Amino acid sequence: METIPGKLIAVEGLDGSGKSTQIHLLHQWLRGLGCKVFFSEWNSSEMVKGATRKGKKKQLLTPTTFSLIHATDFADRYERQILPMLKGGYIVLCDRYMFTAFARDGVRGCDPAWLRELYGFVRQPDITYYFRLPLETALGRILEGRPQLKFFEAGMDIGLSPDIFESFRLFQGKVKEQYDRLADDYGFTIVDATLPIPGQQAVVRRIFQERIDVARFRQRVQQ
Amino acid sequence: MNKMCYGNPPPGVKLENLRGALMVIEGADSSGRSTQIAELSDWLEQKGYAVARSGLTRSVLVGPDLDKAKEGNVLSPRTMSLFYATDFYDQLENSIIPALRAGYIVLADRYIFTLIARDSIRGGNPAWLDSLYSQAVVPDAVFFLMTSTRNLMERTLSTHYRLDYWESGMDLGLSRDWYESFILYQRRLRTEYKKLQRRYAFEMINANRSVSAIQKELRARVDMVLERIYRPV
Repeated sequence: METIPGKLIAVEGLDGSGKSTQIHLLHQWLRGLGCKVFFSEWNSSEMVKGATRKGKKKQLLTPTTFSLIHATDFADRYERQILPMLKGGYIVLCDRYMFTAFARDGVRGCDPAWLRELYGFVRQPDITYYFRLPLETALGRILEGRPQLKFFEAGMDIGLSPDIFESFRLFQGKVKEQYDRLADDYGFTIVDATLPIPGQQAVVRRIFQERIDVARFRQRVQQ
Repeated sequence: MNKMCYGNPPPGVKLENLRGALMVIEGADSSGRSTQIAELSDWLEQKGYAVARSGLTRSVLVGPDLDKAKEGNVLSPRTMSLFYATDFYDQLENSIIPALRAGYIVLADRYIFTLIARDSIRGGNPAWLDSLYSQAVVPDAVFFLMTSTRNLMERTLSTHYRLDYWESGMDLGLSRDWYESFILYQRRLRTEYKKLQRRYAFEMINANRSVSAIQKELRARVDMVLERIYRPV
């Protein structure tokens, strides 16, 4: 792929790994330094929400269509925002990236080779932070408040268990296996997500500075 | 003989359970597809076969959203590709495959070939498109209604009294003149379909003829497929 001036940073990890907190803190730090930085979230559009709502109500979504809806949404965001921002010299921070699709859709039985080809148009991140922690710790963080789990989030569509909490446990366990495998395949930068929040952030920032010349992204014109 | 997919089947689909017949009618808009399909469908049902029909952008999941997106013309070509693919797979898994499982004849008003041709013209990567649609069931026959561009134009104008934005390829900027753009676009489509014809073994039907002449040829060809799949009835 062509060289472009921007840098692409992704965070991945299980629900409850604290990755969103960490990328938020990274964002704040870069803003404080006066860098050109842009933040993007996985699966935020109305289109996905509409289709998953409809799909869930009518029990229509299959692993393939579930995967394609997310890819459609991502492609739109990627071509409209992420890629232009990278070409315009921004640091783009992504809370979840295609690896989320590889992990979740892989658990749902989608062919890994098909998934990789589906996202074949997408750039690899310059850094992918993987916030790794034991399954029980992640589950504990999510489940201690007995939250309202969502149908697909808990993997209820693949029939692991009729109990939504049990389904969530089993699903997350399988997602973790996928992530651990992806970490090797794609050279994720692993962060120990059991450390205190400031400790993790210090690691994140140190690695960032080692790999990326922050000064190059400072805004030249004060806004 | 078992059904096949171009690549791996969709997760959870057992190909050996698909007992029906999948026949696809391809061809440009105004090539007479829907008329021919309606007649085939009546004829088959009168012979005692159960018939299910499918077409593009008819999915419950995203069909209406897709139509809306086409109106607005704001999505990138890749997003449109993926949107169409979602619509296709929704119908494949929720209507075509269940019908085949139940032993129906499925008459598909266009299939992945139209989607691949349209995208290729818009710069879609062939390997990416092949993989995207690799979970599609290989049809038992694909009939391509081949019409001259001139005939297409005449039929389009005499039926609709206007040209359609997408069918004229106006998004491609081939010409500011709709009439000219339509001709240029349909010519490009023809080239794409010819490439696909070799790869996917379409049966070409000369559609520059009367409705009844085309129907007669289609029925003869459909009979051969039925012979293969439903024998002995």
